[in-house]
Amino acid sequence: MNTSDAAFYFFITVLPIAAVIGFLVKSKVQNAFNDTHWRSLPIHYAFYVGLVIALPGAIAFFFASALHLLTIYTADGIHVLVLATLLSMWGGFHSLKNVRPAFCARESVERIIRYFLISAAFISILTTIGIVLAIIFEAIHFFKIVSLWEFLTGTHWAPDDATEGNTSGMFGSIPIFAGTFMITIIAMSVAVPVGILSAVYMSEYASEHVRNIAKPALEILAGIPTVVYGFFAAITVSPLVVNFAESAGLHADYTNALTPGLVMGIMIIPFISSLSDDVIRSVPRSLRDASLALGTTNSETIIKIVLPTALPGIIAACLLGVSRALGETMIVVMAAGLRPNLTWNPLEGMTTVTVRIVDALTGDQAFDSPETLSAFGLGLVLLVITLILNFISIYVTRRFRSQYE
Amino acid sequence: MNKIVSNKALKRRYRKEKIFKGAAIFALLLAASFLVFFFSNMIGKGVSAFSQAEILVDVHYSESSMKSYRKAVDKPYRKIVSRGWLRTLPMYMEDNPEVMGTTRQEWVLATADVDQYLKGYPNRLKDKHKQYIDKLQEEGKLKLAFNTGFFTRGDSKMAELAGIKSAVIGSILVLLVTLAVALPIGVMTAIYLEEFAPDNRLTQLVEVNINNLAAIPSILFGLLGLAIFINFFGVPRSSALVGGLTLALMTLPVIIITTRAALRAVPNSIREAAYGLGASRWQAVFHHVLPLAFPGILTGTIIGLAQAMGETAPLLVIGMMAYIPDSPTGFTDAATVLPAQIFTWAGESIRAYEERTAAAILVLVTILLSMNAFAIWLRKRFETRW
Repeated sequence: MNTSDAAFYFFITVLPIAAVIGFLVKSKVQNAFNDTHWRSLPIHYAFYVGLVIALPGAIAFFFASALHLLTIYTADGIHVLVLATLLSMWGGFHSLKNVRPAFCARESVERIIRYFLISAAFISILTTIGIVLAIIFEAIHFFKIVSLWEFLTGTHWAPDDATEGNTSGMFGSIPIFAGTFMITIIAMSVAVPVGILSAVYMSEYASEHVRNIAKPALEILAGIPTVVYGFFAAITVSPLVVNFAESAGLHADYTNALTPGLVMGIMIIPFISSLSDDVIRSVPRSLRDASLALGTTNSETIIKIVLPTALPGIIAACLLGVSRALGETMIVVMAAGLRPNLTWNPLEGMTTVTVRIVDALTGDQAFDSPETLSAFGLGLVLLVITLILNFISIYVTRRFRSQYE
Repeated sequence: MNKIVSNKALKRRYRKEKIFKGAAIFALLLAASFLVFFFSNMIGKGVSAFSQAEILVDVHYSESSMKSYRKAVDKPYRKIVSRGWLRTLPMYMEDNPEVMGTTRQEWVLATADVDQYLKGYPNRLKDKHKQYIDKLQEEGKLKLAFNTGFFTRGDSKMAELAGIKSAVIGSILVLLVTLAVALPIGVMTAIYLEEFAPDNRLTQLVEVNINNLAAIPSILFGLLGLAIFINFFGVPRSSALVGGLTLALMTLPVIIITTRAALRAVPNSIREAAYGLGASRWQAVFHHVLPLAFPGILTGTIIGLAQAMGETAPLLVIGMMAYIPDSPTGFTDAATVLPAQIFTWAGESIRAYEERTAAAILVLVTILLSMNAFAIWLRKRFETRW
């Protein structure tokens, strides 16, 4: 019997028992409730008894499986089951002894719930730590094979040619990051002007009625899954771009960098417009009135007063957009190329970090092959860039927030 | 003199004002026109997949067609009746022995090429087949019927048989896991941070952490799922369980942030009234604040789930783009989800898959938009202004 089977048997027997005992305790306390002064309500005693019966066993199983998963020690399921049952019986006797008027069951129950809540809060920390550690560990494996310096400065990326012994010169990530930044720049040059101007229109010019239609409509753009954008880019936009380039006498690849850039830009518009709209609307009315009273036009007020006031928030919104663009995967997987290409021409095929990560992990290589591990190296750089962008945007908003209020 | 100059300047300023306002309107219209273009494009591409070519043929249920399923229909039809459908005949005869030895006239599935020809798309039919098909159509033996198979069949290597059922079931299983993990943890975290946590370094750390988690690109969650859930904990690859767990971690910050906002919107007077009646902090929260914040929590959860449902990138990394013809029956079976199905179909070179991809997109976008619309309706319906 392994630990998970044991846990299953334990819980299907102990949880009902705990519930029944809890119910009996409740009715017992209820019967005696009016005779003496009880410190807590009957239901609290019931919960107290139930929790103290079920929890010690559960904790025993939790530790047993943690030890097993960390490959420190694998306990026999029977032993864990016996231990858990003994602990629960002890819990039962201990808690039943406490069912007396002078004992404050509510406080104990609340303390236990508090620990539950705290441990839930720590799961979010564990997730971040998990992501960072998982990526760092595998990235360390990768950087044992390929030197960090070569990875960051090499201009040739050919993981398919890399073998176990010979990896030099095959993992230069510059062309990949060049593609990523190129597509991000194209996306931002679509999203930033359109996003900010739409936000300005919605918050400064539009009537309430238009705003109530326009804002949800823009948010529909954010609700469309990225795989759908990817299909749209590959099937519809890419031929349009190629035809357009040809009519201008230029040659464009079907996997050009312009297509995913444009589509990604459209995807990011709602992030920027929605956040910018919020910050622009939070600029106090009095600033606008003061400016307008001096005889400025609406646009002068917006450009000289409102936008500078809202600037920290708008910058934060744009940084959020940049980190979305850097980490966006499906659009580039479906519409950008696989070929690492160091070029300034957006009509050529380029590849990005996320495309290479997906490509490296969906192949049939062994998990410890250099190509698979390279995904974690790239992922680490992506993670670091995203976190830095996030900290900058937090800093900008904190530093300049509510300057005018 | 002075007056004329200032008039000129004023005109220039007014022109600037017009240009600026025009640019702002133009930006909004640009985004809106993209939305219109996108939806008309997808509907134009996908709507034809909801109908499917069917042919009226004599089906021979006999010993010889049991041995060789191609003999179940007469020779001229063999090239235009779906082979995938013919292949199911022997099993059908085994299950229904009463049909043996009969010949019945039935509407059966045509090949994808016939289907594409009828819809006027490029296809690989030979001219002699095209003439034959035209003749059949005149006789009324060929029609475009509603494509129920698209909703009742799983993926297939034959375009005319490919459907979204297994992907939809996979999506549901994945979302169940996501909901079961992310909702309790997210709500508990939010309650702790908003109602009980002391304002110390540790709490601030958790808060910064949650913001960071919301900003991490989704594909990195896939790397986490691969390295931790699959390689470390040994959860089966491509299973709904590992997909759901990975998406749960992604949905967690959304749920935490919206739940906190919902809790914060409940005014302090409610809590103080509860304290005034002798309630403990816990009783105030669980009996009064939480029920009032419930619509907000539900709204956030639905929006988070809609996000998770449309997510593809992390699922590719953990192997959920596998070819899954049969619906998964449990959380540890290999499964695929609707967006991953769209991704694999988009990669097929056969033309008939393109309209199916667009049709699957229409289904997915309809589901997601109605989830979001429901969430917004819920918020409007139960919104309390204090």
